[in-house]
Parts: sequence; structure tokens; C-alpha cells
Amino acid sequence: MKPRLKFEHIYKAFPGVQAVRDFSLEAQSAEILALVGENGAGKSTLMNILSGAILADSGRIFLDGEEVMIDSPRRALELGITMIHQELALIPQMSVGQNIFLGREPRLSTLRAMVDWKELYRLAQQELDRLGLKISARDLVQDLTIAQRQMVEIAKALSYKARLIVLDEPTSALSEREIETLFDLMRSLRQHGVTLIFISHRLEEVFAVADRIAVMRDGQLIGVKAANEISRDEVVEMMVGRELKEFFPKANVQRGALVLSVRGLKRGKNLRGINLDLYQGEIVGVAGLVGSGRSELARAIFGADRVEAGKISLNGKEIQLHKPEDAIRLGIGFVPEDRKAQGLFLGQSVRSNIVISLLNRISQLGFIRFKLADELVEKMIRQLNIKTPSVQQRVRNLSGGNQQKVVIARWMSLNPKVLILDEPTRGVDVAAKAEIHALISKLAGQGVSILMISSELLEILGVSDRILVMREGNITAEFSRKEATQEAIMRAATGQVDNQRLSLQSQTV
Amino acid sequence: MEKTASRQAIRLFLQRYGLLLSYGLVVLVLSLLSQRFLGISNQINILRQASINAIVSIGMTLVILTGGIDLSVGSILALSAVISAALMKNGLAVPWAVLTAFAIGAGLGLINGLMITRGRIPPFIATLGMLTVARGLALMYTQGQPVTGLPPSFRYIGAGTLGSLPMPIVVAAATFIAGIILLRQTRFGEYIYAIGDNVQAARLAGVPTERVVNLVYAFSGFCAALAGLVLIARLDSAQPVIGQGYEFNAIAAVVVGGTSFSGGEGGLPGTLLGALLIETLDNGLNLLNVSALWEQVVKGVVIALALLLYKAIGR
Repeated sequence: MKPRLKFEHIYKAFPGVQAVRDFSLEAQSAEILALVGENGAGKSTLMNILSGAILADSGRIFLDGEEVMIDSPRRALELGITMIHQELALIPQMSVGQNIFLGREPRLSTLRAMVDWKELYRLAQQELDRLGLKISARDLVQDLTIAQRQMVEIAKALSYKARLIVLDEPTSALSEREIETLFDLMRSLRQHGVTLIFISHRLEEVFAVADRIAVMRDGQLIGVKAANEISRDEVVEMMVGRELKEFFPKANVQRGALVLSVRGLKRGKNLRGINLDLYQGEIVGVAGLVGSGRSELARAIFGADRVEAGKISLNGKEIQLHKPEDAIRLGIGFVPEDRKAQGLFLGQSVRSNIVISLLNRISQLGFIRFKLADELVEKMIRQLNIKTPSVQQRVRNLSGGNQQKVVIARWMSLNPKVLILDEPTRGVDVAAKAEIHALISKLAGQGVSILMISSELLEILGVSDRILVMREGNITAEFSRKEATQEAIMRAATGQVDNQRLSLQSQTV
Repeated sequence: MEKTASRQAIRLFLQRYGLLLSYGLVVLVLSLLSQRFLGISNQINILRQASINAIVSIGMTLVILTGGIDLSVGSILALSAVISAALMKNGLAVPWAVLTAFAIGAGLGLINGLMITRGRIPPFIATLGMLTVARGLALMYTQGQPVTGLPPSFRYIGAGTLGSLPMPIVVAAATFIAGIILLRQTRFGEYIYAIGDNVQAARLAGVPTERVVNLVYAFSGFCAALAGLVLIARLDSAQPVIGQGYEFNAIAAVVVGGTSFSGGEGGLPGTLLGALLIETLDNGLNLLNVSALWEQVVKGVVIALALLLYKAIGR
């Protein structure tokens, strides 16, 4: 029997990066194939090629033995390929039925221009019932839970006679029970002969549902194994391509004087009276689940959000922070978690992006001293090993890792006393990640106090001198570097309930 | 590989100089169709005609670079012009009247800015409100009557010449140079691009976003007032209805000049070329005796074609 899907020697390059190289892989009908790999491994690029969002530079794709040319998302749909993204593509203000038949509504036989609503809702309900979903086709999408919306997307996919469904991180916003329902649905689809490609960072889930596991790294397929023939550790090793210990280089640093002190910081339910001390040359890692108040803590210390109560002192003096400008003037830097939305000016040059916070210091009467700026920027580019053809290059054209280095360079050039990093290595490749870790360590060695928020436990454990764990707006535990273990951190992050589920996240590499 | 590299070079060239090429093409065609078109006196005439719109467009460029829009420029122009004209007629010294106009322009612009930054009103709505209010005030203040008979020393900035160059061109050129320096050499200019590119990131990078935006709208109001003074000096008459629709000419010049409506991309050289292109078309169509009824249509179509041309090749 011909494989349902076959990639043959796929290549795809973006400016400055070979995103996918020589990728060949087969997926059978009635199979759940998991695709795993670190951020930037090339999974998304590959799936975008499959769904017609972008074109491969070379290589061939076969569907049930037939070579196909997928040059648009529409074509992919016609071929029976559907992609269910992290961000759902439903229109919240419309009903479930309208969403399922968007753009191809059944028409009245008497007047072709008019939509046959009765028929539309009948057909839509049929699709929903077939999947055993307790959702009415007339419900508005905005009234559904995220999990239900995902089910609706799947129903929509099936109404297109999908033979191949790609699920990109579908569980990231679901609860334990909803995940089980989703997996049941996936299994029943498999029984009906549908091929499912499941992309997830959570290895536990991958092992729970997938038949085979394909591992990608640096745009290449590293290997495919049946799920029952490979261990979790082996998968992790294939993903990172080396032993884990190596790439968290931590220099031993003497802890100095108290630099930053936070007392009773309050803001709604995200910060419920936080106390925190940060010493010179110290790296404090902040762990916790998404929504535990980690990012809010960072933003509050940086003056980006108003707080309801609390005191912040720097070098023993109480400070008032009304806006980020105030924090920067006092020597506090902040690398935000979403570099594209909050950190970078994508259309501007590398130089502009680096010197923006520093213009006060390198200007005379408001005029920028460009010679000074260029010297500084070039020094930063050398120091951080930023790969860019020139200081004039637009940041949009750099890779994720180099973009992140540009943001870090901005703060480094200010010689901050305190640097707050929120997910400093999200979406950067392994090599850049190691460089960023080394950089953080070096900064601490120079006496900068560092507060690093991360969802990656291994990063927290590898880089930090001290680890704080947040849950529901409180700091629930503190560990020294020696005492900390993944399990202990997870217990504190979850309050021990549901601890099984959380150990999954520790596997997110 | 080589082929794509050279294609990329062509694309970059067109992206940078496409507007200049379009302009060259329009000039070429017009000079073939009309012998008078390329003459020095006609070219100077075009520059003089373009200068009022160019001055307004300089402020508009800064506004659009921040990702905003200023619909009130025509009304601010009128209000500041009629008030300073009336003051001059009542005997106030010319320098003071000029400063008053600047203060009114910049002040109203600042109010626009505050409505946007403090009041969180979208720029389109805020400046639309100012458009109506300022126009209404101009009509009220003058009772709908024009103010005529301005002092000769004042009229110099609109009707005089410096060497052989008409003053409006000199004023526009000076404003343009000041604008370029402001945008490209100063901290303020960098902040404008940063805000237009990503206002959230700008705030987190310590850019005083509200202050910059306030000042940008004040600058736009100042430019409008300056254009108004030049205009009434040339006409020797300040009517409360002058400047109607100027916002659209200015926006057209900026956008034809390649500045992106979403902000953060573009600049003044493009705007200057955009203003010139629009005026050149006006002038050429006049010379060719195209009926006034058709002029607007032809102008619009030619501008659209010029843009399409360089966007299409530039892609």
C-alpha cells in the first residue's frame, strides 16, 4: 500500500538560515505520527510547506502515491490536508455552523444567491454528532471553551474530507480531561483511516498517543522510531544532539551585596504580595506555570505596569517606578518574553535597535553622535557574536537567535545593575541558546544582578544560583542551586495537585 | 543563483528609486507633449505651486511615521492664518503676528496629541474633531469675511524672491532640510521611527512615547501654520475657507512618497518627490489644456499607475 504522505528531499531556506534540509519522511494511513524537535528545528516550516502557506525550494510531496503541488492553503484543503494551529482560525462572533461552512455555504435551490441556513445547520450538526461532540451548530464560537473550539476545527477539517490532519501544539491550552477527550478523538479518527501528525513539546503526551515519533533538529530528520521502541531520554538526546549537561555553562560567582529588594508587591490576582531579594552578581531563576504571575512580576519591577501596593528598593534606597524610562535611568534592564511584539523594531536597523535605550547618553543637544553609536554597536556585535551583514541590516532579516541577541545587546550596552530576562531563549536554536546562557553567566560575573524567568526547567536549573517558584501570584518556594530538583520545583509550582501533568513540562526542552 | 542575486539587486534598486523613475517618466512624457513644460520658468512655477503642500506634508510625514494621521491641517492652517492676518491689520508688528500663528498651529497640534496620548482617542477621530472645530472658529472669528490688505513686509514671504527664487520655495526648502535633520540626525527622529514600528517595544525601551507623539502633532500644526502664512502672504488675503482639502493633498504626497500608513517606514525625500509628482501632473495637464473636469480623473489615474508600476516591478 502506498503511504498516505511522503516527503522527498525537501529543502527550504530563509535569508540567513537553512530551515529545512534534505527532509524525507513517510506517514501511513490510519497512523498518528508525532513530530518533535526544539524550537527552530524546522517543524513549523515543514508544516507550513505541507499546508500550502509557503513553497519548498526543492523536493517532492506525494499524497497516497500521487505527486502533489501544494501552492496555496486552498489547494491543501482540496487535497484533504488540514492544519489545526495553536491559534485557532475560527471567527468568534459567528456560529459553529457558519464557521464550519465558511465560504462554501449551501445555497437555496430556489434562489442561488441566498444561503440555505436550515441545510447548513443540519449538515454542521451532522458533522458534530459524528464526532460525538455535545456542541450545537447554532452556538456562537465565542461561547465555547478553547477545547471545544479545537473540536469544532477538527469537525470542520473532516467536513473537507480530510485525509491528513496536522495538529500543532493542540494541548497547550487544554486541561487534563480535555486532553484525554482530544486523544480519544484522535484515536477514533485514526480508526477511520485518517492520518494525524501531532506536534508537541510535551513528550509525555507524545508517548501517550503517537504510534511513531519523528525527531527533527536543525532542519533535518534525525530519526523515526515506533513509540514503544524508544525511551523518553533517547528522544531528548536526539532532539538536542548532545548530552544535556554541556550546554548550561554556569560560572561560579561570589554573591555580593543586596541590590534589589521588593516588599509586598501587589497587582490584582497576579501579584499577591511578593517579597524578593536580589544580590550583586547573582542569577535568580523564576519558575512557575504560565499565568502564575512571573511575567507580571518582571513588568512590575521594570515599571511597565502599575502596582497597587509594595515597595521596591535599589541599593537600599526606595525607588518610584512610574514608567520603564524610570527603571532604565536607575539601571534596570528588561528583556521581554515576546521579542517581536515587545522587544524589537523589526523594520529598523540593528544599530537603531541596539542604541534606542541609550540615545540619551550618546546624544549632544538632541543630535545623535553616530560615530559613537557605530563603535558601540560594532563592539556589541563582536561581543555577542551577532550574525549580521552590517549595522544597517533590518532586524526583520535576522534569525530568532540573533534577534534575541540584539535585544540583549541593547541592555548590555547600558551597563545595567539589574537585568530581568523573561524567557530569554524562547524560539532560538540550540547554539544561540548556549551562547545566551554563557552571556548571562558572564554578565553575572561582572556583577550584574539577574532575574531570569523561564518555562524550561532545565534552563532554570542549569543557569540559576537560586530558584524561586511562583504559583497564583505568590512565591511558593525557594531553592538553592544544590537543593533544587525538577520534581521539587514542579511540586511547588502546582501545589502538589496534578503533579503528574506537570512533570510533563519538565521534559519540554 | 546568480540570476536571483541580480534580480534581487534590481528589486532593491527599484524599491529605492522606483518613485524617482516614475517621476522621471512623467516628466519625460510631459516634455514630449508640451514644449513649454521643461522651461525654467515653468519648472520654478511648479516648485512654487508645490511648496505650500510640501510644507504641510513635512509635518504630515512625521505624523504618519508614528502610525498616526492628521486630518486637521487644513483647518489649523486657516485659523492661524486669519487670526494673524487680523492682528497685523490691527497694527500688531509682523514678527509678533507670525509668532502668534506658530503658537496657534503648534498649540492646536499639541491638543491633537494630548487627545491621542492622554485621551486614547484614535488619531483619525481626534484630528477629525479638530478639523471641524478649528474651521468653525476661523469662520466665527472672521464672520465669514476675508481679511485683506496685509503689510508689505509680511507679504515678502509669499510674494517676494530670494535671488531669482520665489520665497515660498525657499521657505519650503528650509523646512524640508530642517525636517530631514530632525528625522535623521536627532534622538527625536529615532524615537519617531521606533514608535511607528512598535509602540509597545518603544515604551519598554524607555522611549518617552507620549511626549514624542504630542510633539509630533504639535510640529504638524506648526507646519500647517507656516504654510498658511506663506499662502496668505502670496494671496494678500486671508479667507476663513482657505486650506480646505489640504489634508488630502498632504496625505497623498506622503503616501505616494512611500511612507507606510502603518508607521515606522519611509521618510521626507519620498514625500518631497510625492508632492512634486502631484504638482507636476497638475501643471502638465493644465499646459495640455485638459479640461478641468477631466483633470482630477486623469491625475488620480496617473498617480495610481505610477504607484502600481513601481510596486509591481519592485516586488
